[in-house]
This record gives sequence, C-alpha cells and structure tokens, in this order.
Amino acid sequence: MQLTLEFGGGLELLCDSKKIHDVNIEQHNGEDKLIMKDLLSWVRNNLIKERPEMFMKGDTVRPGVLVLVNDCDWELSGQLNTSLEEKDVVVFISTLHGG
Amino acid sequence: MSASELLRELDSLKDAKTQIEHKISLLEAQLREINLRNDAAPPNGSSSLSYPTNGLTQDMIHRYSRHLMLPSFGVQGQANLLKSSILVVGAGGLGAPALLYLAASGVGRLGVIDHDVVELNNMHRQVIHTEAYVGKPKVKSAAAACHSINSTIQVVEHEEALQTSNALEILSKYDIIVDATDNAPTRYLISDCCVVLGKPLVSGAALGLEGQLTVYNYHGGPCYRCLFPTPPPRTACQSCAEGGVLGVVPGIIGCLQALEAIKVAASVGEPLSGRMLLLDALSGRIRIVKIRGRSMQCEVCGENATFTQQQFLEFDYEKFTQTPLRVPPLKLNLLPSESRISSKEYSEIILKKETHVLVDVRPAHHFKIVSLPKSLNIPLSTLEARLPEVSSALKKEEEDSGVASGSSAQLYVVCRRGNDSQRAVQYLHKMGFASAKDIVGGLESWAHNVDPNFPTY
Repeated sequence: MQLTLEFGGGLELLCDSKKIHDVNIEQHNGEDKLIMKDLLSWVRNNLIKERPEMFMKGDTVRPGVLVLVNDCDWELSGQLNTSLEEKDVVVFISTLHGG
Repeated sequence: MSASELLRELDSLKDAKTQIEHKISLLEAQLREINLRNDAAPPNGSSSLSYPTNGLTQDMIHRYSRHLMLPSFGVQGQANLLKSSILVVGAGGLGAPALLYLAASGVGRLGVIDHDVVELNNMHRQVIHTEAYVGKPKVKSAAAACHSINSTIQVVEHEEALQTSNALEILSKYDIIVDATDNAPTRYLISDCCVVLGKPLVSGAALGLEGQLTVYNYHGGPCYRCLFPTPPPRTACQSCAEGGVLGVVPGIIGCLQALEAIKVAASVGEPLSGRMLLLDALSGRIRIVKIRGRSMQCEVCGENATFTQQQFLEFDYEKFTQTPLRVPPLKLNLLPSESRISSKEYSEIILKKETHVLVDVRPAHHFKIVSLPKSLNIPLSTLEARLPEVSSALKKEEEDSGVASGSSAQLYVVCRRGNDSQRAVQYLHKMGFASAKDIVGGLESWAHNVDPNFPTY
C-alpha cells in the first residue's frame, strides 16, 4: 500500500531529518486491511532511527503528538483502529511550546 | 572620558530620551482628547446638526476608515472591537506582532503580561521592542510601542509572571486571551484558567521554522487539555533559546493570532476553532487540519469535569508538566567534583601549555558560530561512533609533546552551558576514558569568567 508519511514539529529529527516519506507497505498474510496500529509499528521499525521513546509510548504515540489522517485528527476516525487506504497521507506532528 | 563613563552618560541620556518621548505622547493624547471634545461641542453660531454615526466619533471614523469600508467587518465589527478587551500573555516573538496589530486595530482595552526584560538576542523576532529598551521590562517597552501607534486605546501593563495565584484575577478582566507564551506549564495554566472563567483562548506557538495556531474553548470547541490530556515529556519541549527560531516565523503566527482575536472580538467570520493551522516555513506549506471537538472525558472541560476555581488555585502546573514555569536554563549535576574543572582552571591549563585534548560536544552548526582554540568538535549524538577519534587525538598530543612530559594527555569536554559535556564525560568514563573532565558551565562560563570578549549566543 502506497502511503505518504510526514513528520513535523521536531519528530523529523528521529528519522534522518527527513520530513516527507513516500512509502510502500507490504501487507502480510494476504490481508488487505491496514490500520494505524500496524502503521505505527511499521514506522517504528523502519523509519525511526533514534530515541523511539520520543515517538511512541506503549503501543501508541507519546503524549504531545498529533496524528492526522488526510488532514483530520485520528481521534475522529478511530485512533489506532483507523483503516488506511491507498494514497492516504498520514502526518505525525509534535506540539510546539515556543514563542 | 573613559569608555565606562561614556556608557553611563549614554545610558542616562537614553533614559531621559525615553521619559521625554513618553511625556510627549501623553501630552499629545491629552491634546487630541481636548480637540475631540471641542469638535464635539459645536462652535457658536454653526449648525447644531447631529449626525447618526453608530457611536463612532469623527476621529474614530477617520482612523478606522479602512475597516469601516469592509462589508464583512464594517461599523458593527469596529464598534464591537472598540468595546472589547484582550489580554496578550507574553510580549515575546508571538506577542510582539499580535500586540502591534491589536493596538492598531482599535481593541478598546489591551492588556499585556510579561515578567521578562528585553535582551539583545530577542530583537531579531520581538519586533515591538527597540534597542533603547534593552535591559528594561518588556511590558513597559510593549506598552509604549502600542501607545505610540494608537493613543486612543487603553493599554494595561501587568509586569509580573502569570501564576495560579494571580491568573484568575488578571484573566477575568478581559474578554479574550491570547497565549503568546513559550512553555508547556504556562500553556496548561492559561487554558485551564480560560475554561474556569469561560474565556476564548487564541493559542499560537512557534519554534525553529514551524508554527501552530488554533482557538480553544470557543463556542463548545475543545480546550488545550482535550487535545493534550497528558503533558509531553520534558525533553520534547524545546524553547526558542535552546532550539533557535527564525524571527519571521513567530511573526507570522503572532499576526494570525491577532487576526483570530479580532474575529472573535468583532464577531465576524469563522474563528479557527476545531481546526489547527500548521505552518512549515522552510517548505512554504500551510495546512489547516480538522482536530477533535470537546472531549467528554476532558478532566477540565468534559461532561463530568468538576474543575473549579479552587482546584485551579491548588493545581501544581510545574509538577504536572515536570517543567518550571519560568524556564531557567537546565542545570545538571551528574559528575563528582573531581571530574570537573572550572573555566578559569582550563584557562590556566592553556597558559601552562599542558598536554591535553579539548572535545566540544555541541552540534556542528553551533560549533560553526564560535569555538575555543584547538578544540575538536564531536557532537554528543555522534560520540559513540567517533570514540576512535578521541583516542587518536590523545595519542597525537602525547607524541607531539614528546617523551619529556612523561605523563599522558588529559581529556576535557566542553559544550554551550555544561549539561551535554557532563553527559559526554559520563559516557567517556564508562568507555574507559577514566580521566575525562568537563568544564563547568561550558562556553557561557568561559565568556563570563575568563574572557568577556568571547561571543555568546
């Protein structure tokens, strides 16, 4: 499944300072369904190069990270159970506090 | 005259100039008011016609004419704005443009709260302050600037830090709150206080080359805690002083905060509630995303929440976010004193030409700004991989100094403020470099205690 993943608010520093990643995720067991929970563990294993604790806590993102699926808060689409579709854009962004 | 005498003379002249300018603007405002009153009272013999102007004076109609001509803003929008009161928390990178535009637009009562003084390294982004105010309270500087743009509005100065003990009293005096602060505990404090008092909150943030903006607690929309019920780890909260920021980025977000506050105050348009604007300055992208609504489970604004003024007063925001409200620079103390030397001691080591290697563990882009002579830059994040370089540098020093010295080369570590250098020495000890020592307080201490001409940033 082709997805575009974007990291912002400093999270890009965890994946070689690259903000936009066009990825192709192979689904195992012939299942054609991919949910956010699967994507998170894929990201953790394949894109996060350092300090994984700055990205995840337990099986979800750490506090202070917003997850957007097609420009929409994942809270509105079922969080970890959000189903992903071909060409979806998923954004992980850390909240900023500076000013 | 000596340099110090000149500086004193300059300082006192600048003070006098500021006072005179303040006096001038006050007198000018008084004069305008008198003229206004005289205008209002028709001179003898002239017509005593009264013109329906929806409560706007002649002066107001002239000053705000470009607002009044906007069909979607108009007289009603301006009248609402003139009756409104807005508090801007923080007169820094976000607050600076927000305050300037809010003052110019004719917000009836504009409050500003900040406890800080203006510093030279603020000037690149906090465009409300001028060089004459370096060392003086930001609130005074900001208020003077607002006043000089628009002497007809009321500007209220709160020269103090916002805390639970004063927040309820201060925020309750305003219709709309603008969060232009720079740290997590204050952001939770402001949001909770706004919920308790039922005030809309225009929240902006900026760091590096990114910015974020949304309106909380507005017409049933979410509050800050609905979005972020659990505070992020302290290490995820960089400040502009630590991470750097391109000046214009908070400038853009601050302007957008003024815009949202004006929309809410004037009751026009659709304020950015339930949506968030994300600015990526480097790639030139702005995206506006839909965020969750008010959370029924929110501990502060949720359905069964019973967060009262009393609970707010007793809530420990520093403990909750594990971050101090006033963001003093972090001061670690990881090493025993025998593994540390002062910057003065290191300067003697240089003078005595003792055989040693100095490793600077700052990031490479920091090292490029300024560094100590003959220091070797190995950023902390790459230390593990580059340990052999440390070994070979030590060996080379020993060879170069000849057998005469007899002793081995010493290893010292420095960084900007003396935290990362301790982390590095801890790691070096673990890896067998038992004699490694760090320079207490880093390059800032060098500038402070050894060479005042060393540039700090």
